[in-house]
Amino acid sequence: MSTAADGQAQATAPASGAASPPLARHRLGPRFWIPIGWTTMVVVLAATANLLPLHSPIETDFTVISNWPDATHWFGTDQLGRDIFSRSVFGARISLIVGLLAPAFGLGVGIFLGMAAGYFRGRTESIIVAAMDAIMAFPGILIALAVTAYVGANIAILIFLLGFLTIPAFMRVARANTLVFGQREFVLAARAMGATHRRVLALEILPNVAIPMLIYALLMVSRIIVTEGVLSFLGLSVPPPQPTWGNMIADGQADLATLPYIPFIPSALMFLTVLSINLIGERLRARTDFRGGAL
Amino acid sequence: MTKASTALLEVTHLVTQFHTPHGMVRAVDGVSFSVQRGQTLGIVGESGSGKSVLARTIIGILANDGSPTTTGGIAFEGRDLLKLSEPEMRDVRGKDIAMVFQDPTSSLNPVKRIGAQIGEVLTRHLGLRCRAAEARSVELLASVGIPLPAERLHQYPHQLSGGMRQRVAIAIAIACEPKLLIADEPTTALDVTIQAQILDLLRRLQRAHNMAMILISHDLGVVAEHTDVVAVMYGGQMVERASTRSLFHSCRMPYTQALIRSAPSLPDPPHTRLRAISGRPPDMLHPPIGCRFNPRCDRATDVCRADQPALSPSDADGAHLYACWHPVGAGEVLP
Repeated sequence: MSTAADGQAQATAPASGAASPPLARHRLGPRFWIPIGWTTMVVVLAATANLLPLHSPIETDFTVISNWPDATHWFGTDQLGRDIFSRSVFGARISLIVGLLAPAFGLGVGIFLGMAAGYFRGRTESIIVAAMDAIMAFPGILIALAVTAYVGANIAILIFLLGFLTIPAFMRVARANTLVFGQREFVLAARAMGATHRRVLALEILPNVAIPMLIYALLMVSRIIVTEGVLSFLGLSVPPPQPTWGNMIADGQADLATLPYIPFIPSALMFLTVLSINLIGERLRARTDFRGGAL
Repeated sequence: MTKASTALLEVTHLVTQFHTPHGMVRAVDGVSFSVQRGQTLGIVGESGSGKSVLARTIIGILANDGSPTTTGGIAFEGRDLLKLSEPEMRDVRGKDIAMVFQDPTSSLNPVKRIGAQIGEVLTRHLGLRCRAAEARSVELLASVGIPLPAERLHQYPHQLSGGMRQRVAIAIAIACEPKLLIADEPTTALDVTIQAQILDLLRRLQRAHNMAMILISHDLGVVAEHTDVVAVMYGGQMVERASTRSLFHSCRMPYTQALIRSAPSLPDPPHTRLRAISGRPPDMLHPPIGCRFNPRCDRATDVCRADQPALSPSDADGAHLYACWHPVGAGEVLP
């Protein structure tokens, strides 16, 4: 990355007295690697859940109703005697699948619309921006409520719905970046060498826009995980008995005073996962921020 | 098609207009000139005089939002470029006419390796594949004076200095041995010693390939040294055109004279005030009636404020053209 070198040169010049800041900027540090470790663990557990020797997340066992965490049930059991550790791992699946695929869908459509708007300008831009403003004017949670109430909830609908709601945000980021890069002379130069618009967009602008877009998508992942949690809590995500973090929290609500671990465990998992993804995204964003370097 | 016509590029009464929310702007207003094979035409003028728009009109890369319209004729080897379809024009760009831009920090894509950026043109126009393209890229980089060319192919633009980047941009432009190279202020962003190197490089390449060049600059020194013919632009119009020698020796248009006088000269004692041209460049939304230079011209009279002067020949063979009602006399040119 050019910013790395430029940034170093710039940072070293003024900080002649203190030698540590430029170094600190380039080391990712524990605030990056601990979140990476946590996220990796959650992803691996969720991906291999079927293969692990876990209790069933769905089967009820009336001999161990509402047991506090112990050696056999690490996270305890809920009011129906289901193993909370197992439910947490299977619940992570829903959060991660929705959390990754919905922004991916939004990113794909948003980057396409945003680059078209930022590059072609004129009427194309007006129409796209107006359409996105219209989507953003609706409260997202209401659309989600309406759709899941009428169509019913399954994971594909959830992904499509939440992905759709992220399109305007991705479009805005893509458009803003395309406006910046579209005015660089290398775009003119490419056209002066006989490149088609499609080629300029795909080979000149997209590689430049992709980096900020991917980092923005990472931050969007954590927002979608929270939103999916809210929908689950309201009973509008994947139907029970399939566990999700959101419906586990909802299940624990009734006995909050006596069995606080039941809602606390999925809440903590969601909190740590979302925090980790945000920290990773923020760190990467700071490192690849072009505004500092004179490219 | 008259391929035997003498001029490589023949521009006739070219008008480029932009439709802006505030009204119509004629950035290029009735410009005519021709460029012979192997010749260098210099275009000089202040910022906003329409030099860059003229260059971009010729190669057909004005803004893509549909706001500019172009009329007139741009005949290149007898073909009218304005009548070519976009796919036909794409074959001309880069192959027959190439362009070098002002700022080498932004004319190369920061996220692509040098090799990929050169290779693209070779693949696009000459159909070269990996190996051949790479070999040719190395040759090209060597020909523009870049040391260790094979290693540079794998580097990114930020790893090169400004002068080196401009050499890469030139290598890309000459990759297909174009017949016409448009250099839009190719040295403005570089420091003076690098400027001289780049201009010498352009001249050397031009001679080697018998390439015609349009050199756009606001630096009169650059133009005086590196061109055969000079055209002076003011407010989108061409106000004087002559051989370089004739222009610097006996310019007729007061604007040209003011421009030449405003350049600092080394023999002047230190702290000599520059003779700036008073006033501002014309507002292109509402250009002055009559001669566009009249509000800033000390020779202006009523006729200048009423009618636009036409380009008229200054000498018998018609090589020196100027547009002025009260031209500078042959004897009173330089202070």
